[in-house]
Amino acid sequence: MQFPAKMIHSLFLVNSSGDIFLEKHWKSVVSRSVCDYFFEAQERASEPENVPPVIPTPHHYLISVLRHRIYFVAVIQSEVPPLFVIEFLHRVVDTFQDYFGVCTEAAIKDNVVVVYELLEEMLDNGFPLATESNILKELIKPPTILRTVVNTITGSTNVGEQLPTGQLSVVPWRRTGVKYTNNEAYFDVVEEIDAIIDKSGSTITAEIQGVIDACVKLTGMPDLTLSFMNPRLLDDVSFHPCVRFKRWEAERILSFIPPDGNFRLLSYHVSCQNLVAIPVYVKHNITFREGSSQGRFELTLGPKQTMGKGLEAVLISSQLPRGVLNTNLNPSQGTYNFDPVTKLLSWDVGKINPQKLPSLKGSMSLQAGASKPDENPTINIQFKIQQSALSGLKVNRLDMYGEKYKPFKGIKYMTKAGKFQVRT
Amino acid sequence: MSTNNLSYNDQGGSDSAVEVGQETTPTSSNAGAGFGLFSTNFKKNDDLKEMLESNKDSLKLDAMKRIIALIAKGKNASELFPAVVKNVASKNIELKKLVYVYLVRYAEEQQDLALLSISTFQRALKDPNQLIRASALRVLSSIRVPIIVPIMMLAIKEAASDMSPYVRKTSAHAIQKLYSLDPDQKEHLIEVIDKLLKDKSTLVAGSVVMAFEEVCPDRIDLIHKNYRKLCNLLVDVEEWGQVVIITMLTRYARTQFTSPWKEDGLFDENSETAFYESDEKKTKNGDEKKSYMMDPDHRLLLRNTKPLLQSRNTAVVVSVAQLYWHLAPKHEVGVITKSLVRLLRSHREVQYVVLQNIATMSIQRKGMFEPYMKSFYVRSTDATHIKSLKLEILTSLANEANISTILREFQTYVKSQDKQFAAGTIQAIGRCATNISEVTDTCLQGLVLLLSNRDETVVAESVVVIKKLLQTQPTQHSDIIKHMAKLFDNIAVPMARASILWLMGEYCERVPQIAPDVLRKMAKSFTSEEDIVKLQTVNLAAKLYLTNSKQTKLLTQYILNLGKYDQNYDIRDRTRFIRQLIVPNEKSGALGKYARRILLAPKPAPVLESTYKDRDRYQLGTLSHTINTKASGYLELSDWPAVAPDQSVRNVEVIEPVKEWAPSLGKTGKSKLSKSSDDKFYSDSGEEKEKGSGSSSSEDSSSEESSSEAESDEEKSSSQSSEESDKSSSQSEKSSSESDSEQKKTTKKPPQKKTVKPTAKDRSYLLPIVCGPGERLHGFVSKQVPVSLSLFSLCILTPCPLSCAALLLQVSGPAFVPEKSHDLLHRMTGKGLSAQYQFPRQPCLYQPTMVSVQISLTNTTDHPLEQIHIGDRDPTGLDMHCFNAIECLLPEASVTVSLGVDFNDSTQAANFQLCTKEDQFSVSIQPAVGELFLPATMTEQDFRKEQGKFAGKTASSGALVLVTVELRELSAALITINTEKSVMGPMLLRDLKRALARA
Repeated sequence: MQFPAKMIHSLFLVNSSGDIFLEKHWKSVVSRSVCDYFFEAQERASEPENVPPVIPTPHHYLISVLRHRIYFVAVIQSEVPPLFVIEFLHRVVDTFQDYFGVCTEAAIKDNVVVVYELLEEMLDNGFPLATESNILKELIKPPTILRTVVNTITGSTNVGEQLPTGQLSVVPWRRTGVKYTNNEAYFDVVEEIDAIIDKSGSTITAEIQGVIDACVKLTGMPDLTLSFMNPRLLDDVSFHPCVRFKRWEAERILSFIPPDGNFRLLSYHVSCQNLVAIPVYVKHNITFREGSSQGRFELTLGPKQTMGKGLEAVLISSQLPRGVLNTNLNPSQGTYNFDPVTKLLSWDVGKINPQKLPSLKGSMSLQAGASKPDENPTINIQFKIQQSALSGLKVNRLDMYGEKYKPFKGIKYMTKAGKFQVRT
Repeated sequence: MSTNNLSYNDQGGSDSAVEVGQETTPTSSNAGAGFGLFSTNFKKNDDLKEMLESNKDSLKLDAMKRIIALIAKGKNASELFPAVVKNVASKNIELKKLVYVYLVRYAEEQQDLALLSISTFQRALKDPNQLIRASALRVLSSIRVPIIVPIMMLAIKEAASDMSPYVRKTSAHAIQKLYSLDPDQKEHLIEVIDKLLKDKSTLVAGSVVMAFEEVCPDRIDLIHKNYRKLCNLLVDVEEWGQVVIITMLTRYARTQFTSPWKEDGLFDENSETAFYESDEKKTKNGDEKKSYMMDPDHRLLLRNTKPLLQSRNTAVVVSVAQLYWHLAPKHEVGVITKSLVRLLRSHREVQYVVLQNIATMSIQRKGMFEPYMKSFYVRSTDATHIKSLKLEILTSLANEANISTILREFQTYVKSQDKQFAAGTIQAIGRCATNISEVTDTCLQGLVLLLSNRDETVVAESVVVIKKLLQTQPTQHSDIIKHMAKLFDNIAVPMARASILWLMGEYCERVPQIAPDVLRKMAKSFTSEEDIVKLQTVNLAAKLYLTNSKQTKLLTQYILNLGKYDQNYDIRDRTRFIRQLIVPNEKSGALGKYARRILLAPKPAPVLESTYKDRDRYQLGTLSHTINTKASGYLELSDWPAVAPDQSVRNVEVIEPVKEWAPSLGKTGKSKLSKSSDDKFYSDSGEEKEKGSGSSSSEDSSSEESSSEAESDEEKSSSQSSEESDKSSSQSEKSSSESDSEQKKTTKKPPQKKTVKPTAKDRSYLLPIVCGPGERLHGFVSKQVPVSLSLFSLCILTPCPLSCAALLLQVSGPAFVPEKSHDLLHRMTGKGLSAQYQFPRQPCLYQPTMVSVQISLTNTTDHPLEQIHIGDRDPTGLDMHCFNAIECLLPEASVTVSLGVDFNDSTQAANFQLCTKEDQFSVSIQPAVGELFLPATMTEQDFRKEQGKFAGKTASSGALVLVTVELRELSAALITINTEKSVMGPMLLRDLKRALARA
């Protein structure tokens, strides 16, 4: 044989304590001892995230992703685009989440038969066969309590007998014969702002990325068009396969036959020429003095350029230097927590009231005799702003063609912090 | 795999023997008996066996579920094989599926028993339900039992001509399985692959190409005839198939087309200078450039893959990116940048692979990623391998212009708590310092400051980097060397100590006071040093002995004596060598004379290079590229052929209806008609329907209709227009204009046309709207006249801010785009640069108020023109969106760029300067009034309403211009233009009249 078989050979699921709790082979069985190479890498890595995604071993290659503190380790025997495998593994995780609500070790163990059936359908001989959630759900129905009860009584099964309609259609993402009594289509425009703010409060880099997540429950084969007031804000976009690319190119209109249920219609990047409005500011004063075993810590947060909307669910986290033994801080609102082992400081601020700015003040006790840390900690901020998209993107219209009924339509906007860091 | 498989097969027999043996034990000893750990297992399995043999499906199902759970945990459940295999023909589909899962897992180990199930599958292969046929084939082909190879072969052949594309897809997958089971079947399998490659279903395409890649990747002759079809189907293939097809087509293209890159430059934009080197070379290149014409098939591939950069699947995006990188002309590769940068927002693992690819690209083409430099800034939460990749890229992107920004950023990184990363940053600073001579001194000073850092790894790394930097310009820096000598006592990291010692030795003449002292200290601590430090001490001693033997003779001898009895043989060896070399004695011979020249020879400075420098030998996006070693099964990307192989091999006998690979503006314009724009995307998958597999969606049929309509329309219009032109001269014209300046009416004879029957459908729609004067209207009128016996209307919208959105109008695509282009810059006045402009009649992407203008620039000189950009504009002039500067335009090459100009609803010319690196030319674009309009579609009702607003003089509709052409009797037409703009009305009317008269 000239070439070893391509594509995904086996899959191992490894939990954070390094146990293999599920294995699946699509070709000949690969001994689980191949994972020893993975465990070695895992030991070497200081953090779980630092395990390299691609590990070569003498006879195999291990490609892994880490989601929900579970490593999904795929075993490959020969050349294949690594992203192909990585993307597929993420799709597997998404599917599990879709089916079981959560993707945890317990959920996977509880539903091991469904997991096996799913993996069997998703790959044939290591090559992806069906990854569309709409198709999979016709083949294998997601487990619900009611269905389990019914099945035990009637002896019917969770497995479909017919080829899913999507497989053969030109719109594989949508099944036929969808029926709803209430026809509704909801779109969430969610923008995330990534930023690095330097010591003095000026922006080093900031960009806005957004997605439009949809939940469409419409009868039949609706054909939707969605247009924006200001489509030119969108600098770079990627689409769900249902979006007609030509139409977007020509008219900047999203025209599509939607999948049934939840899906991500669009992700976009807002062009950086427009300066990004930073919605929050941080005043900080963190000092360590040479020779002293005490350090000062002061943090004040305030809103800035939020377009009149309030900042919510504000959460501060910071990795303090190793020399910090403990902290004695006093939050003006919310709760704070410092883990002396991981040195992680987190402060759940909640809502910011512009009249009374939240602050966290106090002292840090340092290891006696240790030298002063070189660097002040970086502060990571999370927040949400409801009912507003930071870039100003606005949906103009949503129209439906191809069906007669009048659907209920809703559009929601939200801004969130992505990777928002303040260097101090 | 081969070895694996063999060994499995070998074991097959022995295993089953062992298995049987095991099984007899419990039965003979009558179960129950406790065997410690194993007993419970046996009991459990016994109970499973009973359940499987019961009559109730639910019990069986429960048993199977438990067995699957065992398999999932990696436990052995093979002894249940006989009990399980009996259920293979079960009516319960879930049970059956679980049995399949079990079978596939254990068939290899229980070959004889597995054979019992084969007949069931053979029966299922004939089942009327396609899902059952497909899954039977899936399982049959997954049972790795060599005996059934002939049965599999037969099944695959039959399935390959199945009615259902889904079954055909399954057969493509089965090909690979059979091939890995029995490679001798290769020839037969290739026949099946050839057959399936011809399949027109998008469902099959990805899978069969996968089979092709696995079984016969060298048989590119099989691809020729299917090349164009694959390119055209690509958008509609499922995402995983897209990746495989794109990768295969990249290899294919590299064997079939000639290089679109100029001969010597390849990718390297920095080697432009080489281009000027010799005249001879230049002319040669010029010739080649002239003869290079991109194969239309090459262009087809590039064009059809580009939309996939917008895919949500990161693997697809990167595969297109690598295709552009390996196949596209240099100036077109830029389109992939944005998409790659977008992927950096994705999961950590995706970032890792994408950053690796960017790292390789950024070494060769800085310009591509420089505008996105800030996207590579490191965040404290990034994983270590992501941090170092970003650092790598930032270093590659550094140039004179941005180095200060980058260094400022590096300053933050150096202070990072992640010391490994800090050390990496110091190396990066070192690389920047050697690459960019302007900042060498600054960097050096910064590094010297770091020498007083508290962290040892940081100091050590700084020492090592400073050592390398000093080598490049040692003369000026004796004080740094002195400084380092002072630090020497405090540095414990061996590598750093060794580096300082080397520096002392190499430049001992610059620090004549200090060097001997250092040697003295080393003599004291020699025995407790690390090996690498000892070696450098010996080196230092030797060099000092040669230059300053008076002070150091005794020290050197002492050190050499210590070295002579060292435990490490390398050190003993070195000591012996050095002694012979420098201490003159009778035996030392001739070499001693040259000791000085040997040891104190000027040494070339080390080159600090990226570790990604040589990764480009692997195709981007591959596993081999990621791990930087050749992975098994890696297929080399061949070099471009010098002469393109025969192009006609790709010709297909049957002419496809949608064959538009010649980039003609007129055509693309037409395909963008608002309605027919749909058909391309959900492309020509009509055959789904003809195969009778059911479920043809409404979308499908409607798109086909519309495409055929559009086509016939085109034909009509062309045939008619030619006829018309004859008659046009005889047409009389009378016009009357009303006093109201907002309403102009003209009547004129329309061309007589009765040849084509009006379709009922057309009448119910408002007609596709046409804008602008001249040619366009001509085509339009001729097309529509026969239809609109009573009336037809046009509605034109000027591009004013958001008016389209506000009025809820749908802007439609242009019905006709003239191919005529206007001279912007003649090549004589432009010193060889010629520019022509054209109105593509597309909505402008930059701003809705802008009119898009396409400029095609051609270099008619024999040398490349650099930095073509738009310079000063008329200060009072119009708002413009410029195109990105073109880095380099090669001789005889041309490039098309688009521009947005806000003409402010006037026919005022846009004046600006077109600049190259050396020259500036003033040019101007003068729009015809019609070019300022955007066509829009509205219902007749709306049209009437809008028109009514004008009549009632309540017009607040802003920018709306409504044009009505009413046909009267046989030879007259009434043109009505409703507009607020008093200047524009008459102008438009005049243009329309002229155009109709000409028609």
